[in-house]
Amino acid sequence: MSAELRADKRPVARSRRRVRVGPVVMAVYLVFLLVPIYWLIIMSFKSNSEILSSFTLFPDNFTLKNYRTILEDPSWYMGYVNSFIFVSLNMVISLLVALPAAYAFSRYRFFGDNHLFFWLLTNRMAPPAVFALPFFQLYSSVSLFDTHIAVALAHCLFNVPLAVWILEGFMRGVPREIDETAFIDGYSFPRFFTRIFIPMIAPGIGVTAFFCFMFSWVELLLSRTLTSVDAKPITAIMTRTVSASGLDWGVLAAAGVLTIIPGAIVIYFVRNHIAKGFALGRV
Amino acid sequence: MASLTLKNLAHSYHPNPGEDTDFALKEVNHTWEDGRAYALLGPSGCGKTTLLNIISGLLTPTSGHVLFDNKDVTASSTAERNIAQVFQFPVVYDTMTVGQNLAFPLRNRGMEVDYISQRVQRIAQMIGLEGDLHKKARGLTSDLKQKISLGRGMVRDDVNAILFDEPLTVIDPHLKWELRTQLKSLHREFGHTMIYVTHDQTEALTFAEKVVVMYDGRVVQIGTPKELFETPAHVFVGYFIGSPGMNFIPVSVAGRKANINGETINLNHDYGDPQGDVLLGIRPEFVRLTKGDGLPVQINHIQDVGRHKFVNATVFDVEINIAAGEGFEIESDMTRVEFDPSNISIFCDDWRINAEAVDQGTGAMT
Amino acid sequence: MQKTVNQRAWFLVLPVLILVAFSSVIPMMTVVNYSFQDSFGENIFFWVGLEWYKELLQSERLWDAFGRQLLFSFIILMIEIPLGILVALSMPKKGFSASICLVLMSLPLLIPYNVVGTIWQVFGRADIGLLGRLLSDLGISYNYSQNAFDAWVTVIVMDVWHWTSLVALLAYAGLRSIPRAYYQAAMIDQASRWSVFRFIELPKMRGVLMIAILLRFMDSFMIYTEPFVLTGGGPGNATTFLSIDLVKMALGQFDLGPAAAFSLMYFLVILLISYVFYTVMITVDKDEAKP
Repeated sequence: MSAELRADKRPVARSRRRVRVGPVVMAVYLVFLLVPIYWLIIMSFKSNSEILSSFTLFPDNFTLKNYRTILEDPSWYMGYVNSFIFVSLNMVISLLVALPAAYAFSRYRFFGDNHLFFWLLTNRMAPPAVFALPFFQLYSSVSLFDTHIAVALAHCLFNVPLAVWILEGFMRGVPREIDETAFIDGYSFPRFFTRIFIPMIAPGIGVTAFFCFMFSWVELLLSRTLTSVDAKPITAIMTRTVSASGLDWGVLAAAGVLTIIPGAIVIYFVRNHIAKGFALGRV
Repeated sequence: MASLTLKNLAHSYHPNPGEDTDFALKEVNHTWEDGRAYALLGPSGCGKTTLLNIISGLLTPTSGHVLFDNKDVTASSTAERNIAQVFQFPVVYDTMTVGQNLAFPLRNRGMEVDYISQRVQRIAQMIGLEGDLHKKARGLTSDLKQKISLGRGMVRDDVNAILFDEPLTVIDPHLKWELRTQLKSLHREFGHTMIYVTHDQTEALTFAEKVVVMYDGRVVQIGTPKELFETPAHVFVGYFIGSPGMNFIPVSVAGRKANINGETINLNHDYGDPQGDVLLGIRPEFVRLTKGDGLPVQINHIQDVGRHKFVNATVFDVEINIAAGEGFEIESDMTRVEFDPSNISIFCDDWRINAEAVDQGTGAMT
Repeated sequence: MQKTVNQRAWFLVLPVLILVAFSSVIPMMTVVNYSFQDSFGENIFFWVGLEWYKELLQSERLWDAFGRQLLFSFIILMIEIPLGILVALSMPKKGFSASICLVLMSLPLLIPYNVVGTIWQVFGRADIGLLGRLLSDLGISYNYSQNAFDAWVTVIVMDVWHWTSLVALLAYAGLRSIPRAYYQAAMIDQASRWSVFRFIELPKMRGVLMIAILLRFMDSFMIYTEPFVLTGGGPGNATTFLSIDLVKMALGQFDLGPAAAFSLMYFLVILLISYVFYTVMITVDKDEAKP
């Protein structure tokens, strides 16, 4: 098999010699993606006066002052801590409830299974704006307003359906015989599930965790609506600064760069599975 | 149609091959004659598919040349070579109908519409799909899809050669036979040069006029099925062809005698004095249990498979198989075996010693 | 795969049900409740029936936002789907360069929505942004906060920047799953590059493209944060899409009744269009499979 796979080196090279469009398209696209990010990064290393007074492609006076501002001020850096807390909570909750459900969908037929699955997915189609107000009221009434768990639960609205969807795809790829053999060998269901099955779909769990992280990390509307001080995420803190006039562009850029870094790190680890995660889900 | 010549052809998947083992295909020189049906036989990973892909131009060899009718095509693209190839797993264009699938190679070459429809009809009849020409290819069973693939391979009548890469892998056993027969009759009718890759000896031996046996990246023998059976050129051929394969017993050979543990076996030819690992090869069909003559043997178990009985036995610590005919009664006092001297082969370091050549050689010397 | 009937599987689904009931059903019921009531301040509600719905359906504001939203989603799909396919086709097939491309391409997907807005807000400004400065140096008048057309272009380019990679990643996954033999057979059959795309790659990508279209439709139809940060819905109401309008109504003006009615219709429209998309694609699929 490996010989077959490697057997294609030459024809690919040859066809590329004929058509050179590919690398050009790719290069143009990547430049398009990266230039705005580059602009944000270099801005974060400029002082506010340099940003406003002179137009430079590279910082004249390279400064880390903007980053220092953020890292020394709790009202800034606690935003990152808060974001991390509710994102992690959400990831754990989503996986814990989605794993058994995805298993059920991938292995069994039961009353109303297809309807249930579709109904779950419809929650992914619900605009967060629709839920902003009722969430605000619901969580206020149970005294969860401005807590991390409130945001984590709210994000389950779109992350749990997604997690079930992706995990179900991965689980369907595991042959049933594995389950049956384990049960014949005397494994109880919980033991089988934790000892055998979960290790087998570890990549799927990784991809799912990644998507939960991603969608919870980038979301603004719900997390802003459900917090005021104690659990305020970095994204909401940034918009607050935006609305205040006379803002410091350098600090804003630095804050933005710091929100990109965790994602960039995480994506490096799952780079080979990202696309697969979606592609495996059932339509 | 053309003859295909491979000249000093070798291929390695390493960028800078050094040792012999780096080569997936070791140097081969061979001419595939025009209009013959060949089988390329060998175990998985022996380089069959590599060789096939080099011939069709999907792969460019590390060294050596491919010639079609003495014209060097090594650098030519697949399209320029005008080759048809059928792959192991069915490749059909899902969104097209069966008919469009069959017509596709002809359309791409800008053939006339009349000619195309006539060819498609003809081929569809051949593969038994003339009633399904307007069906979408998607949703057909893999048997039928593979039939379409075969049909697409055969639809052009001007191809230099048709290559088959284990085309019957996904086909049900009872259909395999039918399709193979169809291929053979197609070959008789159109006279294309055909190369059929397989790891199944039955397929190879029933399809081909000549079988090329490959082992570990090397062509070890080219011959008719009969030659492969009777005079295997390499230990691997003896072992791979026939079921069960040839028995090998380590011996020492001097002239017309082979010695094993003090017992002597008479040989029909003079093999000289070979040095190295010497093996005596004898097919199960030519081993006979006796009550008195031959080598001492201990019978392990007997398997009755209808027309034959296969006896598994041990001779001087070497396990051998014996094929006994239907009428042959095995009795408990049969404690010895005899080998038919005219069917004994002697191998030295895995390669057959060509006895006739040695005979002539000794004859010339004296 | 053959599934066995097992009603006890419900127990495995139960946690999801409870959680989603809490985070979806209960809030949804409040929304439904509000949509039929009016209130004057503190907790005093009275039944108004379908009044809010009637009012909304006659409101020009809603229809305008709806029109803008449809146009926006349409333009987004028309650009991002073909562009995503093109990018996927151009990606390196393997090796280090493929990994690098994957990581770099995924980067925009992981940037918080409001930071995406901020990036383009800065990037497009004529005084401090590279794009804005470049365009004004070229003599092109461009100001996304004053000119409605410029605002639209910026919002669309921003969305293309943000989400095309998702389409590309999905299409790429589809392409990678095509066995090599298909390409080899196409070479043998002398198929043109276009034929390879039309008859091999496109059909094999159908499944993932369907997901891509659905996802991009849904998400572009719900878009809120990026244009909110970039233009705040302006100039005027030029980029006030449905979500922005809804949040204005619900949290800005605290018009609970109309906002709730708006929410329900909004949600239903997404469900309806998604369902139509889905059904049409499935039907097309079946039609093609027919003899």
